[in-house]
Amino acid sequence: MLLASRLERAPAGARPGDLLRVALVGCGGRGTGAAIQALSTAGPVHLVAMADAFRDRLDSSLAEIVKAVPERVDVPESRRFVGFEAYKQAIDLDVDVVLLTTPPGFRPEHFAHAVARGRHVFMEKPVAVDAPGVRAVLAAAQVAKQNDLKVGVGLQRHHDPAYRETVRRIQEGAIGKVLFYRCYWNSSGVWTRAREPGWSEMTYQMRNWYYFNWLCGDHIVEQHIHNLDVCNWIQGAPPAQAQGQGGRAVRTGPDTGEIYDHHAVEFTYADGTKMLSQCRHIGSCWDSVSEHAHGTLGVADVSAARITSQGGWDWRHRSGEEGVDPYQAEHDALFAAIRAGTPHMEAEYGATSTMTAIFGRMATYSGRLLKWDEALASNVRLAPERLDWDALPRSLPDAHGRYQSAIPGVTPVL
Amino acid sequence: MATLLALALLFQDARKFPDPPAGLSPPAPVADAEAGSVAEMKPYREAIPGTDAAFDLVPIPGGTFRMGSPPSEPGRGSDEGPEVEVEIAPFWMARCETSWDEYHPFMLALDRKARAEGKASAAPQDPWADAVSRPTPPYVPMDFEMGVHGFPAISMTQFAARHYTKWLTMKTGRFYRLPSEAEWECACRAGTSTAYSFGDDPRQLGEYAWYFDDSDDAYHPVGTKKPNPFGLHDMHGNVAEWVLDAHEKGFYATLGGHAANPVCWPSQPYPHVVRGGSWDDDAEKLRSAARRGSTMSWKVQDPQIPKSIWYLTNARFVGFRVVRPLHPPPPEEWARYFEPDADSIRAVLEKQRAGGR
Repeated sequence: MLLASRLERAPAGARPGDLLRVALVGCGGRGTGAAIQALSTAGPVHLVAMADAFRDRLDSSLAEIVKAVPERVDVPESRRFVGFEAYKQAIDLDVDVVLLTTPPGFRPEHFAHAVARGRHVFMEKPVAVDAPGVRAVLAAAQVAKQNDLKVGVGLQRHHDPAYRETVRRIQEGAIGKVLFYRCYWNSSGVWTRAREPGWSEMTYQMRNWYYFNWLCGDHIVEQHIHNLDVCNWIQGAPPAQAQGQGGRAVRTGPDTGEIYDHHAVEFTYADGTKMLSQCRHIGSCWDSVSEHAHGTLGVADVSAARITSQGGWDWRHRSGEEGVDPYQAEHDALFAAIRAGTPHMEAEYGATSTMTAIFGRMATYSGRLLKWDEALASNVRLAPERLDWDALPRSLPDAHGRYQSAIPGVTPVL
Repeated sequence: MATLLALALLFQDARKFPDPPAGLSPPAPVADAEAGSVAEMKPYREAIPGTDAAFDLVPIPGGTFRMGSPPSEPGRGSDEGPEVEVEIAPFWMARCETSWDEYHPFMLALDRKARAEGKASAAPQDPWADAVSRPTPPYVPMDFEMGVHGFPAISMTQFAARHYTKWLTMKTGRFYRLPSEAEWECACRAGTSTAYSFGDDPRQLGEYAWYFDDSDDAYHPVGTKKPNPFGLHDMHGNVAEWVLDAHEKGFYATLGGHAANPVCWPSQPYPHVVRGGSWDDDAEKLRSAARRGSTMSWKVQDPQIPKSIWYLTNARFVGFRVVRPLHPPPPEEWARYFEPDADSIRAVLEKQRAGGR
């Protein structure tokens, strides 16, 4: 990893009244939301640059941000950048904070570049889609730490008072020693985008990115990371082993790419504690997005902030009428740390939880029992060799527009 | 495998929205669903064609009632007055809150899926119903794991509830819509003028309503508590119910003491009125006259911008029920009951109909 440990520019030592200049890289629905949240933090903060692969996404995002926080947007035409290299043009401007909210496949490269330029970063989860990407993020996180950069990661449950209080109680022994965790992201799935005439294969995959691993990582990585992350958070470490199974039962249409529609993984932590994980994108089934911990003295529904112990002791977190918006709280915390000069480094657990999800995908795709160290050391890269609109991704459609998905027992994952 | 692929391809097509045919969706024949006058109105059961869902309707004769509450009523909100004499035209009202069994076929396009899979036969109304926009797929289970079968549908925006009534109208060939706030209160009071339709004593509330003291922090299956004098269940509690009206605190004062079929038509996405209180409310919020306005905070945890026009992330206490007026308005006036009432909703809806997300 060729990363300067000394930066070419000292990070902004912002004081409470200083103007912070923000660049948004990745102008989808989530990036637009993140930008509005960043611009809604305390103290002067302006959005000064935007970058996206597609001009129409950038334009619609800018319109929404202007609608929400008009006085904090200063993005003239000359600071709107489009294409695969747009991120560099935005980050290389005189900005203090970069919001990285593209599909996750680009995150490692974008994060490393932002850190090398001395920018504070908010980046969405997941932070990578393969092990080389995770290692790149971990390396850049070290550089960021050495140079006092602040990094927030969009695992917003860490900023939700109900989760924080429940996790603290479990860690303090409210249910005794944890024997196993259960966690789920079983839902009916997400949007698809149909191929349009005149699109190259690259344009199609970029538009319908959820269904291609080099961009999305599969839904076990893109969504289920939230639930895996909560169990890791309580446990204080990532799992040491994983085995599982998955496949495609209904995701067989032309716009559902190569990802699976269900995974079930049994993770084992170093101390023998198990985490049983399911994620499914199939309609009209049992749905749940939740995390649970089972201990020697009781059980916790972490997602419902509810603890029941065998001693009859029952606790439930109650929020006020309006509650706290954790998506806003994660930006408030990051920007407060930037202004106060206090440590704020979420990239490491963000990368570890991302790797946990990739580890799970490796287990379901291969059908093998895998070890954390070999998974993290994997050199399987999913991104194409070259990024351009005429370049070909690795996974290509057959004559019927269908893509090959992983075959357990056959597909190499390490 | 070939069959699976064919089914999946059909379902992909089933997500697109064709234009409706000319004319009106023909009424599906249902016993007792038609009446020429108030005297002829009977309860009836509407089975939603192409689904397993059905719901019961109860005649509400209308007439004149006193809307709002007197200043002396304990727990009264300042928006509940001055009291107004209101005339209401007759209508049928759903006996229970709309359940997931009824709402899911619309929300998840289960009717089109069942037809594509050969599990349901085509109905004459399908071309009209298939032209109605459906909600986008939800990111998380919108019942928040409180239960599905037999439980009230929740977490939909007021626009989504109104668009459901459009779908239901096309699906059945009969004009269904949300109640107006005045119709809702008329039906809730069922001829009474007390704080609740059973009297003034909140200690009796547990016989009639799921609310904070007896709900164990969740909604319950519809129709499991005692009904009001009209035979309507859960008008007090379980889930708060969307009505057509905007929440204007001074609306009653503008009516000049007397009004016929008033509606405070909205022109903004917030606030709309919900009525009846919910499993998460204290007793006084369940009173017949109690009003509550929706707020932006009901969507606060939707991480995408623009936020969903279909779902509320932080309002697991909001549902609705439908009504059917004895004398429906002409079809050229239906749009105000069904279609977006704000440009921000209209823009997203048009984008989604064109295949965007």
